Amino acid sequence: MENRLLDHQLDVLRDKILLLGGKTEAALHRAMQSLTQRDSELAKLVLEEDSVIDRMELEIDRLSVEILALQQPAAHDLRFVISVAKITPILERIADHAGSIADAALILNNEPQLKNYIDLPRMAEVAAEMLRTALDAFTSEDSQVSRELIKRDAEIDEAYHRVFNELLEIMIDNPQSTTSAAHLLFVAKHLERIGDYVKDICELNVYLREAAFIKHSQAE
Amino acid sequence: MAETNSQNHGRRKLVSSVMTTLTAACAVFVVAVLLLIISYIAIRGFSSISVQFLIDTPKPVGEGGGIGNAILGSVMMTALAAVIGLPIGVLAGIYLAEFGNNWYGNVVRFLADTLVGVPSIIIGIFIYTLIVVPMGRQSGLAGGLALALIMIPIVARTTEEMIRLVPDAMREGALALGAPQWRVTWNIVLPAASTGIATGAMLAIARITGETAPLLFTALNSRFYNFYLDQPMSSLTVQIFNYATGPFEVEHAMAWAATLILVGIILVINVLVRFLTRKRF
Amino acid sequence: MTYRISELRQTMRSKISVSNLNFYYGKTQALQDISMEIPEREVVAFIGPSGCGKSTFLRTLNRMNDTIAGTRVEGKVTIDEQNIYASGTDVVSLRRKIGMVFQKSNPFPKSIFENVAYGIRINGIHKNKADLHERVEKALRDAALWDEVKDRLNASAFGLSGGQQQRLCIARALAVQPQVILMDEPASALDPIATQKIEELVVDLKKDYTIVIVTHNMQQASRVSDKTAFFMLGKLVEFNPTQKVFQNPDERLTEDYITGRFG
Repeated sequence: MENRLLDHQLDVLRDKILLLGGKTEAALHRAMQSLTQRDSELAKLVLEEDSVIDRMELEIDRLSVEILALQQPAAHDLRFVISVAKITPILERIADHAGSIADAALILNNEPQLKNYIDLPRMAEVAAEMLRTALDAFTSEDSQVSRELIKRDAEIDEAYHRVFNELLEIMIDNPQSTTSAAHLLFVAKHLERIGDYVKDICELNVYLREAAFIKHSQAE
Repeated sequence: MAETNSQNHGRRKLVSSVMTTLTAACAVFVVAVLLLIISYIAIRGFSSISVQFLIDTPKPVGEGGGIGNAILGSVMMTALAAVIGLPIGVLAGIYLAEFGNNWYGNVVRFLADTLVGVPSIIIGIFIYTLIVVPMGRQSGLAGGLALALIMIPIVARTTEEMIRLVPDAMREGALALGAPQWRVTWNIVLPAASTGIATGAMLAIARITGETAPLLFTALNSRFYNFYLDQPMSSLTVQIFNYATGPFEVEHAMAWAATLILVGIILVINVLVRFLTRKRF
Repeated sequence: MTYRISELRQTMRSKISVSNLNFYYGKTQALQDISMEIPEREVVAFIGPSGCGKSTFLRTLNRMNDTIAGTRVEGKVTIDEQNIYASGTDVVSLRRKIGMVFQKSNPFPKSIFENVAYGIRINGIHKNKADLHERVEKALRDAALWDEVKDRLNASAFGLSGGQQQRLCIARALAVQPQVILMDEPASALDPIATQKIEELVVDLKKDYTIVIVTHNMQQASRVSDKTAFFMLGKLVEFNPTQKVFQNPDERLTEDYITGRFG
């Protein structure tokens, strides 16, 4: 009981998005390491890899459209292709944020370090873990885990506000560190955005499994 | 490799052209025989045909004579046979095709097939026993009945076959519109099968027009114009038989001429039915 | 919240209601215990592999199987609350109420006009000649065929193209003003453009008729129908709103079939 042609193409698509997910995770991890360990080489690596990620996004887009146009998938196959097509640009944007963090790291690594960057490493850890869990949940089509994960976005938002306030105090108390603090503020903002994107991925995981669109439905 | 292929190709081409030629030759043979017969009849018969020949009754040898009464007799008996045989045959065929998928239908079908195979002279003897003996004489009626009896199973079976050729989809289309069964048969199936049924009827008529044997016992012959069905009646075929078996050359010539007329009549029937039943829809 | 529209439709009146239907060809059981509610003025598609019983089931709805010797029906089919298998049912008037369009177009050996007029005539629907003409024209218009044939109404129906012939058969069915139209793979022998016309027509006709369509073409089912029934081995496997069946079917078997993973 199989549909050889379609199954093969779906397998290729699955491989590609998992690879893209791995690259994105690595980009985020390296960008944060380059910041916390003040290693500019890692930041450069992240920026180089960004073009690879862009190319992978294009490949997945093409393959998704091809499957939709030529195979006319239905039911789970259809939901899978739709999910992949929607998750891909999200991953690419997460990678872009990682790139922006790497940009910030290149600048900050030339400045004196600010107070061990306060809560930022902790915030990045949460974001990275959420991204990993979301991608695992996509692979195993676990909508339960995905729903739990969506709630954890609040943790990141909370951390962001704490970091924001702390950096604001630093800027007020210590005006010569304003440049560094501003860059760190952006890093925090990037991490906060990544948290939002992970939430979007989780919503698509639920769609893949349950055929239900839960986006914008938390308020109800 | 390419060599083998071209060898095979050559062999196949040869086989193909040989077979095509063979089948074409067979077709030519069939047509040639037919043309030969018709042209031979025409050559032998044409010279004796005249208006007088077509009107006159048979006369003693040397005084001329013709086949006028024979033509009339043939037409009357064929018409009688058609009037009796066509409705019965067609209705029986309709029954067999539309309602005859049961033991009764199977029996009827089997008997009809047997009847088609019975030599026509036996039909003649049957009618002789049934009609001629009680009446005390041969008659056009008896002749017509014998011909009708030959006709009925042929018409019934061809009608059945033709009706069966009408696709079920057409019947279902009419039934689905809320048409009762009899209307489906009457306004849809019969018109759709009409050309085929008419062809079958035509073949049956042509067949009985050419019958001699059953008429020998039943209608006998007559030297006169006879408009009454209860009297012995002349027919083209019996007249041809008489002329052909006579001792004189003049009679033989008249037999050829009568044959030509008979073939002509059958041809006209053919053309007429083709014309009348040409596909309108 | 996901299937709100179809849930609303669920409350619509059932036009055809089938309960515990069994059907036999001689000793072979072709349909097993089928129950289904077909809502009024909706398009219901029957899909399933060849020999699954979908066509047989369609033909039980206007008792077309009666014409096949040795068939037997158990259970109930009610149309407008009337059991069509009750003794004393007038099959002829039942079939007038339930139009049918077949897989192969089957025009009668008559003119285009007479093909459409046939059902009107045999049922004596028309008041006079002018009325007959009006009804024929309306049926041809409703079947989106009028403009193509208005200049040759007296020409043979066999001169029409395959797609036109099929629309003529639809016009013929519409002419007797049925309430339900059963379509048995109406586009399976047609090219894509003719198929598209038939599909558009089906969607148009939904305003006035309840339509049941059997199709082998899954895209066709998904394009034209409101609800889809999936049959297999004489059983009704799943009957759900079409967009549910094609996005997230309840049954594994349905999913395997519509995604082409079915041996």
